[in-house]
This record gives sequence, C-alpha cells and structure tokens, in this order.
Amino acid sequence: MSFRPIFEAHPWDDIKASIYAKTSADVERALAAPRRTLDDFKALISPAAAPYLEQMAQLSHRLTQKRFGNTMQLYVPLYLSNECQNICTYCGFSLDNKLKRRTLSSVEMLAEAAVLKGWGYDHVLLVTGEANQTVGVDYLEKALKTLRPHFAHLSMEVQPLDEADYVRLIPEGLNTVLVYQETYHQEDYKKHHPKGKKSNFHYRLDTPDRLGRAGIHKMGLGVLIGLEDWRTDCFYTALHLDYLERTYWQTRYSLSFPRLRPAEGLLQPKVEMSNRELVQLICAYRLLNEEVELSLSTREEPAFRDQVIKLGITSISAGSKTNPGGYAVAPESLEQFEISDERSPAEVAAMLRRQGYEPVWKDWDAALA
Amino acid sequence: MKTQPLVIAGRTFTSRLFTGTGKFSSSALMEEALLASGSELVTVALKRVDVANADDDILRHLSHPQFSLLPNTSGVRTAKEAVFAAQLAREALETNWLKLEIHPDPKYLLPDPIETLKAAEELVKLGFVVLPYIHADPVLCKRLEGVGVAAVMPLGSPIGSNKGLLTREFLEIIIGQSRVPVVVDAGIGAPSHAAAALEMGADAVLVNTAIAVAGQPVAMAHAFRLAVEAGRVAYEARLAAPTAHAEAVASSPLTAFLD
Repeated sequence: MSFRPIFEAHPWDDIKASIYAKTSADVERALAAPRRTLDDFKALISPAAAPYLEQMAQLSHRLTQKRFGNTMQLYVPLYLSNECQNICTYCGFSLDNKLKRRTLSSVEMLAEAAVLKGWGYDHVLLVTGEANQTVGVDYLEKALKTLRPHFAHLSMEVQPLDEADYVRLIPEGLNTVLVYQETYHQEDYKKHHPKGKKSNFHYRLDTPDRLGRAGIHKMGLGVLIGLEDWRTDCFYTALHLDYLERTYWQTRYSLSFPRLRPAEGLLQPKVEMSNRELVQLICAYRLLNEEVELSLSTREEPAFRDQVIKLGITSISAGSKTNPGGYAVAPESLEQFEISDERSPAEVAAMLRRQGYEPVWKDWDAALA
Repeated sequence: MKTQPLVIAGRTFTSRLFTGTGKFSSSALMEEALLASGSELVTVALKRVDVANADDDILRHLSHPQFSLLPNTSGVRTAKEAVFAAQLAREALETNWLKLEIHPDPKYLLPDPIETLKAAEELVKLGFVVLPYIHADPVLCKRLEGVGVAAVMPLGSPIGSNKGLLTREFLEIIIGQSRVPVVVDAGIGAPSHAAAALEMGADAVLVNTAIAVAGQPVAMAHAFRLAVEAGRVAYEARLAAPTAHAEAVASSPLTAFLD
C-alpha cells in the first residue's frame, strides 16, 4: 500500500485549476460544514476565501483552543551536521555551497544539549544534511543513544531512510520524524534537486509510508513554500495527510509551512506568500483537521509570530540556531538559513504567558514507549 | 445538604467531581480552579510531569492535602507500554492509583478495549487500584469488573468534544448493572451535563476541558461543583416521573369493557 496511486490520480494542473475555480459560495459552504472535506479545503485555500479571513481565524482559534487548550509546546532544533551530498537550489548546506563542514561528535552533542537543557528544553529536533557515508544510520543511532538520557522527546529531520533503518532507530528513542516533500510538483522538484539521493522524487514521496509501516509515533509533513504555487502544493500535503491518517491510524501528525528564507548565495522564492495568505493556510489546515498539530518556526518575524500563534498553532521553536555547534561549540559558523525571531526561549515563554498560554516544555516521557 | 459519600477501593470521597490538569493557561490558574471545584481526585498525565524534578511546576501546584493524585497513562498505545508506565508512575508519584488510558488512536483519543482489558488484569495483579477509561460498553465494563478494577470510567462523548452524554442509553445500562462505581469521563462540556450524569446515577464525573478552556476557569469549576452536588442530591431524592403530555380522553374505547 502506498500514497503513490492516490497522488497519480490527482494531476497537478487539474488540482490547481479546481482550486482557483472556487467561488464565495463554495467558501461559505465549507465554513458552514460540520465536517470539512478535501474539496472544502480547496475552497478555504482559494483566492475566493480571502474576504472570509476573519471568520476563518475565529473558527480556527476556537477549534484549536478546544483541542489543545491554552497551551503551547516548545521545541528546539539541534543541528548535528551540515555535511551534504545533495544540491538543493534553496539550501545553505547544498553540496556546491562553499562552507566549512562540521559533524558533531558525541562530546560536542552533549555540550550543545547542556545549553538547551539550561534553557528548559525537553523536546529537541535533531537535524542533519544528507551524507550517508559519515552521517548515516550508525551516526544517527549514536546520536539518539547519546541524547536520549537527557531529553523527554527526540525528533529527527534528516535524509529519508529505509524502513529497516526506522525500525532500528525507533527503539533507541526516535519518536518523531519530519520529512517535507519540499514540492509535490514532480518536474520542478527535479529542477530544485538536480544532484544527490534527494533528487529521487518517489523515494521521498514514499517516506511517510515507510515511517508508518515502521510504526513511528509521530510524523511531520509539509512543503517549502516559495518553490511552486503554494495553494496546490498545500492541497497535496492535505491529501497526503488524509491518506496517512486513514492508513497509519496510530500515528500522530504535524504540519509545517516554512516560507523560503534567504540563504547564502541562493534562490529567491519563485512564489511569494503574503502574511495574510499564510494565516489563510494555517486556518484552512485547522478547519480541515481539528486534531493535527501545526508548527511555526523562527523563520517568521517576532511580531507576526506573536499574533499568529493564536490562530491555530500548537508548537513553536525559540532560540534556534541552524548551524551545527551553534549553541556552544561553534557559534560563529554559517547557518542553514537566517532566522527571523532571535528572541531567547525565556523571552518567547514570557510572551506566551502574557497572551494567556502555558508554555509546555515536556509533553512526553521516555517511559511511555 | 449531606449526601452519601463515594467510596472507591476503601477511600471515601466527599466530592464526586474528579478533575483533569491539562489545557490550563498556567499552573497557578489550574491550582485555583481545582481548589474551587472541591475536587479530591485529580488526574495528571505522566508525560507532562518531570518526575525527576522535585520542584516540577505541575506537581508543586497540586500539593494540597485535599488532592489525591490519579496518574494517567496518556500516550501509551499497548497494554505492555501501559504496565511499564504505570510502574514508573507508582514509583515516582507514590500512589498505586491509576487512570488506565490506552488510546492508540491519537486523533480522537478513543480507548482500545482489548489492550485496556489486558492491562487492567495485569495491573490489578500487580496491586494497582485501576480506573480504566473506556467506551460506554456495558459488556466491557462487566469484563473489567471481573478482573478487579476499582471503578469504570465510560465516556460520555469523545474526549475534549464538550458534547455531553451522547452515550446516555449505554451509560444507563452500565449504571444499572455495575457493581463498582461508575465515573463518567470525557465529553462533559457543561455543568448541566455533569448534573444529568449524577441524576442518572453515575457515581462521579471527571471534567477537564470544560473547566480549563472556559472564559473564567475558576468560576466554571465552582459551577461544576454546584452542578455535581445538585445532581447527586436529586438522584438521592428520587426524581418525580415525567408528566405524560397526552391529553386525557373523554371516552375510553380500549377500557370501556371494564365498566
């Protein structure tokens, strides 16, 4: 079983046309529906929904509060390596980008971890590029074993792996895997990923299936907004989520919506997404799916983050560094992308409290699995 | 007005309102609301507390003599994981009471009856006071009773939905035939729902979302306290039968032969 036949039954141009054909009547029907369908979702992300943004925001706020309460999860990325054999046109770690490559040793990981623990973090996201010789499954296993005693919850955003690799890593404390398709536009995907293992569109597309079969607790999906028409790409994300929830019903899901940020000497976004449009997308995801977790990173500006967290977001990062060693070992090295919100975790937590949210640092326990 | 106390596993409760600790906007507000609720049994998710930290924020706000802790296993997907988590909770929180919840479905958090029964049987043997969160399934309740649980906790509607007693028909059967206390857990969204459960004969209710996410959680906790008390008094006072709305008929075509 895989997502592929469903994906192939939804040609890009047809989907795009159907989204842009949505009318205000379709939006109103979607808003009034007790349970919304993928067709309703198309209406909610369409240009026709723009005048209904306030209504969508109010609904999204209420639904999120009912499910997740007045709480906000906090997590932080821990970059382990910037070695990478892929060329990605938008990424600072791209193989053809000249920068000093570094992969953290266990001692260095612990030094980074100590800083994050000191800030109060218990959920960390381990990030690497794709360098299977040096930063392969053995390395990832070592990282999990090293860090597991220090954190309640470990996530990973690394290269897609084989099912057997996930089966091997899960008992070592791997709870969550984030794997973004970047774009579901097959031809453009090839343009943005011309070299390296990542250029295999289908291997990446099948990754959530491999994760599901391996029994992962939680997975995160998304596209990199700016590569292609965001409405169409995000429809495919929703379609993928719908399939996964039906198939791997014991897995939790989260969605992200990173907007392409300037990175060293790289691609400028092909498609700009405005703040209003990002809010529209967040609300549309929530109106489609009341239970999915929605995550917002430090890519976004502080003033925008402070407002948008109320509109459907359930987890945020703070104090992030996107370079390996960025917290303690090598704070001056080059980052994967520029972050926009440079406030400390304590400042962000204080902001959350001012808005009536309890910052949640721990919502998992190593004893649970 | 004095009502019969509730006894579970030899412990007597004056309050029939059990409470949850999630979704509050701060631990201080949670504490204030739970105090206002009069609750004597509060459930706390093992995953939320840092048991290694003696000064854990949640536990610190729950350290009042009137609160007994009811650790829950939220997050586990199988009986095996539940038994492991329960043992950790017992050691860390120094109580053998346990709200057993196994919901492998993270979307609606619906309980797995098969794994719950398996885990309950094992945990009872290990000396736990087990309160399982389950569907409003009368047969399952009897099976759980058979393996020795201290109470059953059927749901009123999906957890966090605030939809009230959608399972009313089945709750009535469960209450009618249970030999252990019945605590309606999940879905209670308004004080009137809680009152209705108690009027029906439920021994207690467990409420979380409806208090934590209310505009004023402390006031809402107080409202639930009053509703639960009212519901119990009404149950003990025996409700009058509902009046028939059919109008009296002048002639008696079916009974005239008796005249």
